[in-house]
Amino acid sequence: MEGNGALAEQFDDLAQQHEAASLGMWVFLVTEILFFGGLFAGYTVYRATYSEAFREASHHLDLLLGSINTAVLITSSLTMAFAVHNAQEGRRRALIVFLLLTMIIGAVFLGIKVTEYAHKYEQDLVPGIRFAYGGPHPGQVQLFLIFYFVMTSLHALHLTIGIGLLGVLAFLAWRGHFSADYYAPVETSGLYWHFIDIVWIFLFPLLYLIGTH
Amino acid sequence: MMQPIVPRHVYYWVYGVLLALTLLTVGVAFLDLGHLNLILALSIAICKALLVMLFFMHLRYSSHLTWIVAGAGVIWLAHLLIFTLSDYLTRGWLPVGAW
Repeated sequence: MEGNGALAEQFDDLAQQHEAASLGMWVFLVTEILFFGGLFAGYTVYRATYSEAFREASHHLDLLLGSINTAVLITSSLTMAFAVHNAQEGRRRALIVFLLLTMIIGAVFLGIKVTEYAHKYEQDLVPGIRFAYGGPHPGQVQLFLIFYFVMTSLHALHLTIGIGLLGVLAFLAWRGHFSADYYAPVETSGLYWHFIDIVWIFLFPLLYLIGTH
Repeated sequence: MMQPIVPRHVYYWVYGVLLALTLLTVGVAFLDLGHLNLILALSIAICKALLVMLFFMHLRYSSHLTWIVAGAGVIWLAHLLIFTLSDYLTRGWLPVGAW
Protein backbone atom coordinates (compact mmCIF):
# COMPACT_ATOMS: atom_id res chain seq x y z
CA MET A 1 0.00 0.00 0.00
CA GLU A 2 2.74 2.41 0.95
CA GLY A 3 5.59 3.58 -1.21
CA ASN A 4 3.30 4.16 -4.19
CA GLY A 5 4.07 7.87 -4.31
CA ALA A 6 1.29 8.96 -1.97
CA LEU A 7 3.64 9.32 0.99
CA ALA A 8 5.81 12.43 1.24
CA GLU A 9 9.29 11.66 2.55
CA GLN A 10 9.06 13.72 5.76
CA PHE A 11 6.35 11.44 7.18
CA ASP A 12 6.73 8.00 8.73
CA ASP A 13 3.57 6.59 7.25
CA LEU A 14 0.31 7.57 5.57
CA ALA A 15 -1.57 7.79 8.84
CA GLN A 16 0.86 10.38 10.19
CA GLN A 17 0.76 12.31 6.93
CA HIS A 18 -3.01 12.33 6.98
CA GLU A 19 -3.16 13.47 10.58
CA ALA A 20 -0.71 16.31 9.91
CA ALA A 21 -2.97 17.56 7.10
CA SER A 22 -6.19 17.53 9.08
CA LEU A 23 -4.50 18.92 12.19
CA GLY A 24 -3.20 21.84 10.11
CA MET A 25 -6.71 22.49 8.88
CA TRP A 26 -8.05 22.44 12.44
CA VAL A 27 -5.45 25.04 13.45
CA PHE A 28 -6.65 27.24 10.58
CA LEU A 29 -10.26 26.70 11.65
CA VAL A 30 -9.40 27.87 15.18
CA THR A 31 -8.25 31.18 13.69
CA GLU A 32 -11.54 31.26 11.77
CA ILE A 33 -13.51 30.66 14.98
CA LEU A 34 -11.88 33.74 16.48
CA PHE A 35 -12.30 35.71 13.26
CA PHE A 36 -16.06 35.17 13.36
CA GLY A 37 -15.93 35.27 17.17
CA GLY A 38 -15.19 39.00 17.16
CA LEU A 39 -18.41 39.62 15.25
CA PHE A 40 -20.37 37.30 17.52
CA ALA A 41 -18.98 39.12 20.57
CA GLY A 42 -19.93 42.50 19.09
CA TYR A 43 -23.37 41.19 18.27
CA THR A 44 -23.80 39.84 21.81
CA VAL A 45 -22.87 43.17 23.42
CA TYR A 46 -25.37 45.16 21.34
CA ARG A 47 -28.00 42.45 21.60
CA ALA A 48 -27.73 42.75 25.39
CA THR A 49 -27.76 46.55 25.26
CA TYR A 50 -30.58 47.04 22.72
CA SER A 51 -32.48 43.78 23.12
CA GLU A 52 -35.89 45.30 22.39
CA ALA A 53 -34.76 46.93 19.13
CA PHE A 54 -32.91 43.79 18.05
CA ARG A 55 -36.05 41.69 18.55
CA GLU A 56 -38.04 44.21 16.57
CA ALA A 57 -35.45 44.27 13.78
CA SER A 58 -35.30 40.47 13.64
CA HIS A 59 -38.98 40.50 12.56
CA HIS A 60 -37.89 41.99 9.25
CA LEU A 61 -35.81 38.96 8.31
CA ASP A 62 -37.47 36.22 6.27
CA LEU A 63 -37.80 33.30 8.70
CA LEU A 64 -39.05 30.89 6.03
CA LEU A 65 -36.13 31.52 3.67
CA GLY A 66 -33.70 31.42 6.60
CA SER A 67 -35.05 28.05 7.75
CA ILE A 68 -34.96 26.63 4.22
CA ASN A 69 -31.38 27.83 3.88
CA THR A 70 -30.46 26.11 7.15
CA ALA A 71 -31.80 22.83 5.78
CA VAL A 72 -30.06 23.46 2.44
CA LEU A 73 -26.69 23.99 4.11
CA ILE A 74 -27.07 20.93 6.35
CA THR A 75 -27.86 18.91 3.21
CA SER A 76 -24.69 20.21 1.58
CA SER A 77 -22.77 19.03 4.63
CA LEU A 78 -24.24 15.56 4.15
CA THR A 79 -23.20 15.43 0.50
CA MET A 80 -19.74 16.75 1.47
CA ALA A 81 -19.45 13.97 4.07
CA PHE A 82 -20.34 11.48 1.33
CA ALA A 83 -17.72 13.01 -0.97
CA VAL A 84 -15.06 12.39 1.70
CA HIS A 85 -16.50 8.92 2.32
CA ASN A 86 -16.16 8.01 -1.36
CA ALA A 87 -12.67 9.48 -1.49
CA GLN A 88 -11.69 7.26 1.44
CA GLU A 89 -12.95 4.24 -0.45
CA GLY A 90 -11.23 5.31 -3.64
CA ARG A 91 -14.41 5.69 -5.73
CA ARG A 92 -13.50 8.42 -8.17
CA ARG A 93 -16.80 8.82 -10.01
CA ALA A 94 -18.87 8.99 -6.84
CA LEU A 95 -16.37 11.46 -5.37
CA ILE A 96 -16.76 13.78 -8.36
CA VAL A 97 -20.56 13.44 -8.32
CA PHE A 98 -20.81 14.33 -4.63
CA LEU A 99 -18.37 17.22 -4.98
CA LEU A 100 -20.45 18.68 -7.82
CA LEU A 101 -23.66 18.05 -5.86
CA THR A 102 -22.22 19.88 -2.85
CA MET A 103 -21.23 22.80 -5.06
CA ILE A 104 -24.74 22.98 -6.54
CA ILE A 105 -26.42 22.90 -3.11
CA GLY A 106 -23.98 25.56 -1.90
CA ALA A 107 -24.94 27.69 -4.91
CA VAL A 108 -28.64 27.22 -4.05
CA PHE A 109 -27.88 28.60 -0.57
CA LEU A 110 -26.19 31.64 -2.12
CA GLY A 111 -29.12 32.11 -4.50
CA ILE A 112 -31.62 32.17 -1.62
CA LYS A 113 -29.33 34.55 0.26
CA VAL A 114 -29.23 36.94 -2.71
CA THR A 115 -33.05 36.79 -2.90
CA GLU A 116 -33.21 37.79 0.76
CA TYR A 117 -30.79 40.66 0.17
CA ALA A 118 -32.93 41.83 -2.78
CA HIS A 119 -36.03 41.83 -0.56
CA LYS A 120 -34.20 43.89 2.02
CA TYR A 121 -33.29 46.38 -0.69
CA GLU A 122 -36.92 46.65 -1.82
CA GLN A 123 -38.01 47.16 1.79
CA ASP A 124 -35.45 50.00 2.24
CA LEU A 125 -33.63 48.00 4.89
CA VAL A 126 -30.05 48.13 3.64
CA PRO A 127 -28.02 50.40 5.97
CA GLY A 128 -25.77 52.84 4.18
CA ILE A 129 -27.27 52.18 0.77
CA ARG A 130 -31.02 52.42 1.03
CA PHE A 131 -32.45 52.73 4.50
CA ALA A 132 -35.77 54.18 5.60
CA TYR A 133 -37.38 52.91 8.75
CA GLY A 134 -40.56 54.33 10.27
CA GLY A 135 -40.76 52.30 13.49
CA PRO A 136 -39.21 53.05 16.88
CA HIS A 137 -35.40 52.81 17.40
CA PRO A 138 -34.39 53.32 13.73
CA GLY A 139 -30.71 53.68 14.68
CA GLN A 140 -30.62 50.46 16.67
CA VAL A 141 -32.55 48.57 14.00
CA GLN A 142 -29.95 49.80 11.55
CA LEU A 143 -27.21 48.45 13.83
CA PHE A 144 -28.86 45.02 13.88
CA LEU A 145 -29.08 45.03 10.09
CA ILE A 146 -25.42 46.01 9.82
CA PHE A 147 -24.55 42.93 11.91
CA TYR A 148 -26.91 40.89 9.73
CA PHE A 149 -25.33 42.02 6.48
CA VAL A 150 -21.71 41.86 7.62
CA MET A 151 -22.03 38.43 9.26
CA THR A 152 -24.10 36.78 6.53
CA SER A 153 -22.03 38.26 3.69
CA LEU A 154 -18.81 37.18 5.37
CA HIS A 155 -20.35 33.74 5.71
CA ALA A 156 -21.41 33.82 2.04
CA LEU A 157 -17.87 34.84 1.08
CA HIS A 158 -16.54 31.75 2.87
CA LEU A 159 -19.10 29.62 1.10
CA THR A 160 -18.11 31.08 -2.27
CA ILE A 161 -14.46 30.25 -1.54
CA GLY A 162 -15.62 26.75 -0.52
CA ILE A 163 -17.44 26.26 -3.81
CA GLY A 164 -14.30 27.32 -5.66
CA LEU A 165 -12.21 24.87 -3.62
CA LEU A 166 -14.56 22.00 -4.39
CA GLY A 167 -14.41 22.91 -8.08
CA VAL A 168 -10.61 22.54 -7.99
CA LEU A 169 -10.99 19.23 -6.13
CA ALA A 170 -13.51 17.92 -8.68
CA PHE A 171 -11.07 18.82 -11.47
CA LEU A 172 -8.18 17.11 -9.66
CA ALA A 173 -10.34 14.06 -8.95
CA TRP A 174 -11.28 13.90 -12.61
CA ARG A 175 -7.55 13.94 -13.43
CA GLY A 176 -7.09 10.95 -11.12
CA HIS A 177 -5.22 12.89 -8.46
CA PHE A 178 -6.77 11.14 -5.45
CA SER A 179 -6.81 7.57 -4.18
CA ALA A 180 -7.79 5.70 -1.04
CA ASP A 181 -4.21 6.38 0.13
CA TYR A 182 -4.19 10.07 -0.67
CA TYR A 183 -7.31 12.16 -0.24
CA ALA A 184 -6.12 14.71 2.36
CA PRO A 185 -7.23 17.74 0.25
CA VAL A 186 -10.75 16.32 0.11
CA GLU A 187 -10.77 15.70 3.85
CA THR A 188 -9.44 19.17 4.74
CA SER A 189 -11.80 20.94 2.32
CA GLY A 190 -14.58 18.92 3.94
CA LEU A 191 -13.52 20.26 7.35
CA TYR A 192 -13.69 23.79 5.95
CA TRP A 193 -17.12 23.19 4.44
CA HIS A 194 -18.53 21.78 7.69
CA PHE A 195 -17.07 24.74 9.58
CA ILE A 196 -19.07 27.10 7.34
CA ASP A 197 -22.13 25.03 8.18
CA ILE A 198 -21.42 25.44 11.91
CA VAL A 199 -21.12 29.22 11.57
CA TRP A 200 -24.57 29.28 9.96
CA ILE A 201 -25.95 26.98 12.68
CA PHE A 202 -25.20 29.82 15.14
CA LEU A 203 -26.09 32.71 12.84
CA PHE A 204 -29.55 31.33 12.13
CA PRO A 205 -31.01 31.39 15.68
CA LEU A 206 -29.14 34.57 16.66
CA LEU A 207 -30.36 36.57 13.67
CA TYR A 208 -33.67 35.01 12.61
CA LEU A 209 -35.20 33.51 15.73
CA ILE A 210 -34.94 36.27 18.33
CA GLY A 211 -38.12 38.11 17.39
CA THR A 212 -40.61 35.36 16.58
CA HIS A 213 -42.34 34.90 19.92
CA MET B 1 -7.43 3.01 5.98
CA MET B 2 -5.75 5.75 8.02
CA GLN B 3 -9.00 6.81 9.54
CA PRO B 4 -11.78 4.39 10.28
CA ILE B 5 -14.35 4.77 7.52
CA VAL B 6 -17.61 5.91 9.06
CA PRO B 7 -20.55 3.79 7.87
CA ARG B 8 -23.05 5.64 5.69
CA HIS B 9 -25.98 5.07 8.01
CA VAL B 10 -24.23 7.17 10.68
CA TYR B 11 -24.23 10.14 8.29
CA TYR B 12 -27.92 9.63 7.54
CA TRP B 13 -28.72 9.53 11.24
CA VAL B 14 -26.74 12.67 11.97
CA TYR B 15 -28.41 14.41 9.03
CA GLY B 16 -31.87 13.39 10.28
CA VAL B 17 -31.15 14.60 13.80
CA LEU B 18 -29.75 17.90 12.49
CA LEU B 19 -32.91 18.54 10.47
CA ALA B 20 -35.11 17.57 13.42
CA LEU B 21 -33.19 19.96 15.69
CA THR B 22 -33.62 22.73 13.11
CA LEU B 23 -37.40 22.19 13.14
CA LEU B 24 -37.33 22.09 16.93
CA THR B 25 -35.42 25.34 17.27
CA VAL B 26 -37.82 27.11 14.87
CA GLY B 27 -40.84 25.66 16.69
CA VAL B 28 -39.57 26.59 20.14
CA ALA B 29 -38.86 30.13 18.97
CA PHE B 30 -42.60 30.71 18.53
CA LEU B 31 -43.28 30.02 22.20
CA ASP B 32 -42.78 32.89 24.61
CA LEU B 33 -40.51 31.44 27.27
CA GLY B 34 -38.70 34.58 28.37
CA HIS B 35 -34.99 34.03 28.93
CA LEU B 36 -35.41 30.33 28.20
CA ASN B 37 -35.86 31.15 24.49
CA LEU B 38 -32.25 32.27 24.14
CA ILE B 39 -30.92 29.45 26.29
CA LEU B 40 -32.84 26.82 24.31
CA ALA B 41 -31.87 28.28 20.93
CA LEU B 42 -28.19 28.34 21.90
CA SER B 43 -28.30 24.85 23.47
CA ILE B 44 -29.81 23.42 20.31
CA ALA B 45 -27.23 25.25 18.18
CA ILE B 46 -24.42 23.86 20.35
CA CYS B 47 -25.85 20.32 20.02
CA LYS B 48 -25.99 20.71 16.24
CA ALA B 49 -22.45 22.07 16.10
CA LEU B 50 -21.20 19.16 18.24
CA LEU B 51 -22.90 16.63 15.96
CA VAL B 52 -21.31 18.21 12.89
CA MET B 53 -17.89 18.29 14.55
CA LEU B 54 -18.00 14.77 15.99
CA PHE B 55 -19.32 12.95 12.94
CA PHE B 56 -19.11 15.05 9.77
CA MET B 57 -15.73 16.45 10.77
CA HIS B 58 -14.61 13.05 12.12
CA LEU B 59 -13.53 14.50 15.45
CA ARG B 60 -14.89 11.42 17.22
CA TYR B 61 -12.42 9.33 15.24
CA SER B 62 -9.49 11.76 15.43
CA SER B 63 -6.42 11.86 17.67
CA HIS B 64 -6.32 13.54 21.06
CA LEU B 65 -4.08 16.20 19.59
CA THR B 66 -6.90 17.20 17.23
CA TRP B 67 -9.29 17.31 20.16
CA ILE B 68 -6.96 19.65 22.02
CA VAL B 69 -6.66 22.01 19.03
CA ALA B 70 -10.43 22.06 18.48
CA GLY B 71 -10.99 22.55 22.21
CA ALA B 72 -8.48 25.43 22.24
CA GLY B 73 -10.60 27.24 19.66
CA VAL B 74 -13.68 26.92 21.81
CA ILE B 75 -11.82 27.95 24.97
CA TRP B 76 -10.39 31.11 23.36
CA LEU B 77 -13.81 32.00 22.01
CA ALA B 78 -15.19 31.55 25.53
CA HIS B 79 -12.47 33.90 26.84
CA LEU B 80 -13.43 36.50 24.26
CA LEU B 81 -17.13 36.32 25.10
CA ILE B 82 -16.85 35.97 28.88
CA PHE B 83 -14.36 38.80 29.41
CA THR B 84 -16.26 41.10 27.05
CA LEU B 85 -19.57 40.41 28.73
CA SER B 86 -18.13 40.61 32.23
CA ASP B 87 -17.50 44.25 31.37
CA TYR B 88 -20.63 45.22 29.47
CA LEU B 89 -23.17 43.27 31.50
CA THR B 90 -21.89 44.45 34.87
CA ARG B 91 -21.80 48.18 34.11
CA GLY B 92 -24.12 49.96 36.45
CA TRP B 93 -23.99 47.29 39.14
CA LEU B 94 -22.05 49.56 41.47
CA PRO B 95 -22.94 53.19 42.11
CA VAL B 96 -19.73 54.61 40.73
CA GLY B 97 -19.83 58.18 39.53
CA ALA B 98 -18.59 59.27 36.13
CA TRP B 99 -14.80 59.51 35.82
